[in-house]
Amino acid sequence: MFQTFGINHVGFLLQCATWTVVLSIIALAGGAIGGAIIALMRLSRLAWLRWIAQAYIYVIQGTPLLVTLFIAYFGVTNLGYDLPAIYAAGIGFTLYSSAFLGEIWRGSIQSISKGQWEAAFALALGWRHTMLDVIVPQALRVAIPPTVGFSVQVVKNTALASIVGFVELTRAGQIVSSATFQPLQVYLTVAAIYFVICSTLSYASRRLERRLRQTAN
Amino acid sequence: MGYLDFSGTFARGDLFVHGVMLTLTLSIAALVLGMCVGIVGALMRLSSSKVLSSIAAAYVELIRNTPFLVQIYIVYFGLPSVGIRISEMTAAILSLTLYAGAYITEIVRAGIQTIGEGQREAARTLGMSPYLTFRYVVLLPAISAIFPALTSQFILIMLASSVVSVISVPELTGVANDVQGLTFRSLEAYLVVAVIYLALTAAFKGAFALIDRALFSFRYAGR
Repeated sequence: MFQTFGINHVGFLLQCATWTVVLSIIALAGGAIGGAIIALMRLSRLAWLRWIAQAYIYVIQGTPLLVTLFIAYFGVTNLGYDLPAIYAAGIGFTLYSSAFLGEIWRGSIQSISKGQWEAAFALALGWRHTMLDVIVPQALRVAIPPTVGFSVQVVKNTALASIVGFVELTRAGQIVSSATFQPLQVYLTVAAIYFVICSTLSYASRRLERRLRQTAN
Repeated sequence: MGYLDFSGTFARGDLFVHGVMLTLTLSIAALVLGMCVGIVGALMRLSSSKVLSSIAAAYVELIRNTPFLVQIYIVYFGLPSVGIRISEMTAAILSLTLYAGAYITEIVRAGIQTIGEGQREAARTLGMSPYLTFRYVVLLPAISAIFPALTSQFILIMLASSVVSVISVPELTGVANDVQGLTFRSLEAYLVVAVIYLALTAAFKGAFALIDRALFSFRYAGR
């Protein structure tokens, strides 16, 4: 009656792991746009823009991602749309990573000394040129390691999308587990796949941090 | 479409109160037990024995590079399949403790490493007794160094505890799952718990800031 957990199931899990990767990329791409906006708002001269961005970050960082996902999922439904789960998950994760990437990038931009701004303005560069040609290239070096580090969080947290019905690696694990009735083997395999993805990213983040620190000195 | 009706959700206020209590119980239990794991883990990590140090390092890496949800599934569904039967509550506390323990290991390790040997020698040279040296030069700065990280870890644990609702533990998010089944107003139920989580986070952040000022006033001296 039950299947035995075998190589075919591992193949299925790996296949669904690509959806974990796809959702992570959607989350990071959406979060990159949202995060850039949040970071700029946080650095704005207008107090109310700073205040809105700060409130947004406070709300996202102060509520569990699972609840954010449920709100995105049922919020979309409540507005009368019947969309596949990947849309709700995509929206939820974009909201989430925008807040965190916004904070990381604001910190990176603020870590560039004020003298750089003053020098650029003294050379008659406008705000846009100063930002894009002087500040951002330097801030990028500071921002890359924590951004890669945050992508580990995103990959891990996409597991929560399984709860709102999106079939990625964890949901695939549930499906295989109920077909084989060997939950320990299945979930350990699932964990191993996550571990390979995440520890590669963690390692890359640590290496980048060391390399960029060396070149900075 | 698009309208909200909170009446049914608000009518179940008592359920939400129970949910808050359980969320707090789980978070505090995970913090306390996680501290025990974390202190042992940090001491193992820093020990001169290669075996102990790599066991601790492997534990931290395994927990930090896999999703908490999968860890819960391994504990709750995996353990019974090898003959270890545990209730949802035990599974929830066990997985939260393992999860928190890994992060706290790293926090405590960093805290221990901030205290340089030279500090202690300097204190002894200035004629401070071993007790005074330990209390003011080792212990207080070490606790003060890890306190901010530990308190934000507590808030992360509290938010992560929402995930144990998937194994039907009726903490705050679990209550929202139940209430939406009763009222059929899903969005409202989750909006309410989102606000409650936010209030809890804000309250704890405020309380921790006050405790930090009271306990470690030396950090603020001269400002």
